[in-house]
Amino acid sequence: MIDARGLSCPLPVVLTQKEIKNNHPDKIEIVVDNQCAVENISRFADNNSYSVEVKENGEDFNIVLTKK
Amino acid sequence: MKKIKDYIWIIIAGLITGVAAIVLSALGNPGNMGFCIACFLRDITGGIGLQSKIQYIRPEIIGLILGSTIFALIRKEFKPKGGSSPFLRFILGNIVMIGSLMFLGCPLRMVIRLGGGDLNAIVGLVGFIFGILVGILFIKKGFSLGRAYKQTLAEGIAMPVVALVLFVMTLVFPALFFASAEGPGSMHAPIIVSLVLGLVVGALAQRSRLCFVGGVRDVVMFKDFKLIIGFVGVLVAVLIGNAIMGNVKFSFEGQAIAHTDGIWNFLGMTLVGWASLLLGGCPLRQLILSGEGNSDSAITVVGMVFGAALCHNFGLASSGEGPTSNGMIAVVIGFVIVLLISLLNLKRGKK
Repeated sequence: MIDARGLSCPLPVVLTQKEIKNNHPDKIEIVVDNQCAVENISRFADNNSYSVEVKENGEDFNIVLTKK
Repeated sequence: MKKIKDYIWIIIAGLITGVAAIVLSALGNPGNMGFCIACFLRDITGGIGLQSKIQYIRPEIIGLILGSTIFALIRKEFKPKGGSSPFLRFILGNIVMIGSLMFLGCPLRMVIRLGGGDLNAIVGLVGFIFGILVGILFIKKGFSLGRAYKQTLAEGIAMPVVALVLFVMTLVFPALFFASAEGPGSMHAPIIVSLVLGLVVGALAQRSRLCFVGGVRDVVMFKDFKLIIGFVGVLVAVLIGNAIMGNVKFSFEGQAIAHTDGIWNFLGMTLVGWASLLLGGCPLRQLILSGEGNSDSAITVVGMVFGAALCHNFGLASSGEGPTSNGMIAVVIGFVIVLLISLLNLKRGKK
């Protein structure tokens, strides 16, 4: 799981990008704490053939990316 | 359909920001400076007496912050947070201002200048992109200013409250503040128009995440074109608006509040691009985030204000006649400091 809470743009997407590039996972979980990061990661996932599921968890957002 | 929904706000935000810039210039703001975050923060710095060259409390800035706050509250995105290297952000804010006043404009004014036909802004744009590319190298190597953490409501709301109090005080006690009698500080649109357009652009920028640094960065790093559409939107609106008003004049010479020294226009905006990339957003984005409760961005804005005082008290800012020797030295020192900040924060991102 990638904990990207409190990181400013573009680091949440950079961490996601690194994980996909290095490990080609079928599924990745990312935790972020703002809507902007959710949107950025969702667009990045969409452009890289991953489907996106977002769940609000209190103040945070849990994002699950699954390879299409 | 989802794609259209993703892009509609950024298109609207870009176009309306461009239109607002044209309207504000037509109603009295300086030429090709309908909206400039660096210049207007500099004017506020003068308005509260921290420098004596250009002075006016610009309602646009207050509107941007409060527009962002109101929209963030409505959308439940107002979240007090901070604590990610605040003092380094303050210093980077100084440096963004020093670079901006070398070029004579923040990234937003650079686009507005382009839309008026100011070819010096193309030189600035090349420098800006180059600075962002340099910054991206450090991000890829693991640069980070560290995590921000949840803060109290008081910490998050402080910046919007300061903006509101400043605005009310300028209305109730105008004599307290300084205002230029001549020059760019004396040129301004009616207060209510400035405030309302600031509020509108602030709200749209909050909704769309409009950011000029992010626009270039996301294309280079992620092939993500969303934010750059806002950049293009501002340019298109300003070009059309200026064409309608008969204000487009393609030249290097004779442009409003601009100089023709290519090297220093390039280097000024390189510094802005690099420092802003490390901060995670351009000056406009910092203002918007400060309105959403981000106290790291609030301290960055205060850093820009302090930087503006340095620029005008020590003769670092350029004028229509060109850059100053002190300004050149300051930009070089700025590069050294940004390089040090970049190198000394590489490890943290690797965790």
